[in-house]
Amino acid sequence: MFGYYCKLALHSFGRNRLLTALMVLAIAVGIGASMTTLTVFHVLAADPIPGKSAQLFYVEMNVYPDEKYEPGATEPLQLTRRDAEALLRDKRGDRQAMMSAGGVTVVPARAEQTPFSVEARYTSADFFPMFAVPMRYGHAWTAEDDGRRARIAVISRHLNEQVFGDIDSVGKDLQIGDTVLRIVGVTEDWSMNPRFYDMTNETYADSEDVFVPFSTSRDLELGSRGTMDCWGDSPNGPTGENAPCLWIQYWVELGDAGRQADYRAYLESYARQQHDAGRFSHPADNRLSDVMTWLDRNHAVPADVRLQLWLALVFLGICLLNTVGLMLAKFMRHGGEIGVRRALGASRRAIFAQHLVEAGMIGAAGGTLGLLFAWIGLWLVRRQPADYAGLAHMDGSMLLGTLVLALVSSLLAGALPAWQAMRVQTALQLKSQ
Amino acid sequence: MHIRPILSSLRKHKIAALLIVLEIAFSCAVVCNALFLIDQRLERMQRPSGAAEQQIVQVRIRSVARNDDSAALTREDLDALRRIPGVSNASAINQPLFGTTVTFSGISLSADQQRSTLRATNYMGDMQLLDTLGLTLVAGRRFHPDEFLDYARLQDPNDTGTLPSVIVSQALAQRLFPDGTALGRTIHVFGEHRIVGIVQRLVQPRDFGTPADYQDAMLLPVNMPYTSGTYLLRVNDPAQREAVLQQARKVLLAHGPRRMIQDKGTMTAEQARAHYYRNDRAMAWLLVGVCAMLLLITALGIVGLASFWVQQRTKQIGVRRALGATRGQVLRYFQLENFLLASAGIGLGMLLAYAANLYLMSAYELPRLPLWYLPVGALALWLLGQLAVLGPARRATRVAPAVATRSA
Repeated sequence: MFGYYCKLALHSFGRNRLLTALMVLAIAVGIGASMTTLTVFHVLAADPIPGKSAQLFYVEMNVYPDEKYEPGATEPLQLTRRDAEALLRDKRGDRQAMMSAGGVTVVPARAEQTPFSVEARYTSADFFPMFAVPMRYGHAWTAEDDGRRARIAVISRHLNEQVFGDIDSVGKDLQIGDTVLRIVGVTEDWSMNPRFYDMTNETYADSEDVFVPFSTSRDLELGSRGTMDCWGDSPNGPTGENAPCLWIQYWVELGDAGRQADYRAYLESYARQQHDAGRFSHPADNRLSDVMTWLDRNHAVPADVRLQLWLALVFLGICLLNTVGLMLAKFMRHGGEIGVRRALGASRRAIFAQHLVEAGMIGAAGGTLGLLFAWIGLWLVRRQPADYAGLAHMDGSMLLGTLVLALVSSLLAGALPAWQAMRVQTALQLKSQ
Repeated sequence: MHIRPILSSLRKHKIAALLIVLEIAFSCAVVCNALFLIDQRLERMQRPSGAAEQQIVQVRIRSVARNDDSAALTREDLDALRRIPGVSNASAINQPLFGTTVTFSGISLSADQQRSTLRATNYMGDMQLLDTLGLTLVAGRRFHPDEFLDYARLQDPNDTGTLPSVIVSQALAQRLFPDGTALGRTIHVFGEHRIVGIVQRLVQPRDFGTPADYQDAMLLPVNMPYTSGTYLLRVNDPAQREAVLQQARKVLLAHGPRRMIQDKGTMTAEQARAHYYRNDRAMAWLLVGVCAMLLLITALGIVGLASFWVQQRTKQIGVRRALGATRGQVLRYFQLENFLLASAGIGLGMLLAYAANLYLMSAYELPRLPLWYLPVGALALWLLGQLAVLGPARRATRVAPAVATRSA
């Protein structure tokens, strides 16, 4: 029967070519638009570090002096250097790292290459195992290196190729401004998008090219980047040891719920100590957010992308309404034939099935064309100036999703017209002929 | 023409009629809100900065090593830049317009105030900055040469140098002193500063979307070193901007220690603005595209449905023609039918548009949809409906009265 229904459907399409094309096009445009935005949303809302995102926590602690303190405020989002260093010394998590963004000037050894600026991250040893940074050559530095302010660096594969060519450059010197760091490791291509570990800088960007121990970066006074929130002066500037400035991100890895509870208690007691030492008189106000919570709180998915998603879904809905209306009109136009088929013994169920097959075929054609439109749509998105544009690629699950969405929506769109077709009054139709 | 026969005919096609009404309603709601969003974006992209943007170019340069006297080098650089033909002024500024850097400082009205009154952005620059930016002084005076302080001294907590004066934007003056007495009053930021001048308009380097505090900006008399700032050049003839940029690169690199031009901070102010609002522009175009597609789909839907109805009613039309109906009456029948459907859709669509706007207001901090958008959207959809139905309706007028005598 299915084959016969398909033949009937093809025949029906042939009679109204323009209209059939219109229905297919409407579905295709709706599917194309919604799948484009769904893919962008899917990519941007994805878990950047699956498997670990529930064990990594961002630490916030409100150490504002009383005159800056507002109960329940979402700020401050960063720590002071003093507090971060204290937490790092205490080592109460399974792993922990303090960090901040910076910019450094790389002076290539080859004289014909001109110096250039790259993004840097000043952090501590656990950063690499905690965020599972893959290494191409060498290895990350150790906590001892942090302690003795070693003049070392880990660089990205990209920078390594740019300066040295794709060779094992471990042990070689990298000139940063007027100082020299020894390379201990080269990372494999590694990008965290969104770059969740620091939401004060560009959210969607390549990972940094140079990683330097935080302690070393302070010794060398390397330039910092990102948000700096200060409420007073300090003798060594805002990045000095006891400066009243918030500019450090702090992450801690906590394996299970027990460890998390312990850590919360520890933060509480640390904040109480600070309170008792007279730094502030407001109550302790700490927060521990896992990766997905942290991304959500920082609105990692741009508002425009959410808006586009809604827009595309409404758009798809309108396209489907359009298709339902046209299909209904079309099926009803052929009420006479339905009457004849019913009179000749076709059951209502058969009429329903026949029309659903016709609707499904329109849906399949629309879905296939929609996939092409989505592919073009994503290509257009990638040409957009937005930071995340380059990430907009369709993966297997989205490909499957597109086809399912197309089929389901066209069957849904076909169900009502097919239902109406099924209920055609045989006698009335035959009489009116 | 009587409406009743149309209504009774539509009653026979309740579902199809309802679907087209819904389609028109949703289109109306989306188009109204999309147009409003587009308008919001355009408004944002065109907010004036108060500076002579068409004449400004910026160059950011950094040194490779740190061991230079940047203050002295900056003075030499500025002299060299000012000698470039076509350049009227050059300054070093701490944060260029539409750049990535932005500095905010809390402003207090008295020294012992616990919480600052508000936060404003502070521009720092040399003697020529007012002219380089092309700001219009509406009250008070410029900075005196003896009021300027080197940035290094400002950064040094042990230094005794002070900044005696500040120039604020008119909007900031109004916010700080609503009674209009800002000129001559003192504020506290980096110590105590007297407001010596008020400029007509000066905005923050970044536009965070709220027009209310976009103009909270002040100017402090600080000589910036190039290492912490950006060079701004005012070019007499906008056509010369690219040439001046090229020349400026050459002049700066030929001078002083080994340095590099940072391309991300080197461009015309116009390019910086375009880059800053790139997402808004992309979004506006996207919305334009969606509106166009939506209207097209809706129009095609109307064409399709009307064609079907015309086909279906061929005999009916023939009978009416045979009974004396003119072609014009047949045409008007379909036009009126479409008008009724469109009106129902538009009525529902306005409610939907309003509801969608309420959601957008809560989720995206959008202002309320101005009421005049609704009649404009309605008019657009009425016109669209009439245009779409014209083809099928004219086909209906060509039905010959003789059709009535034929069987099916």
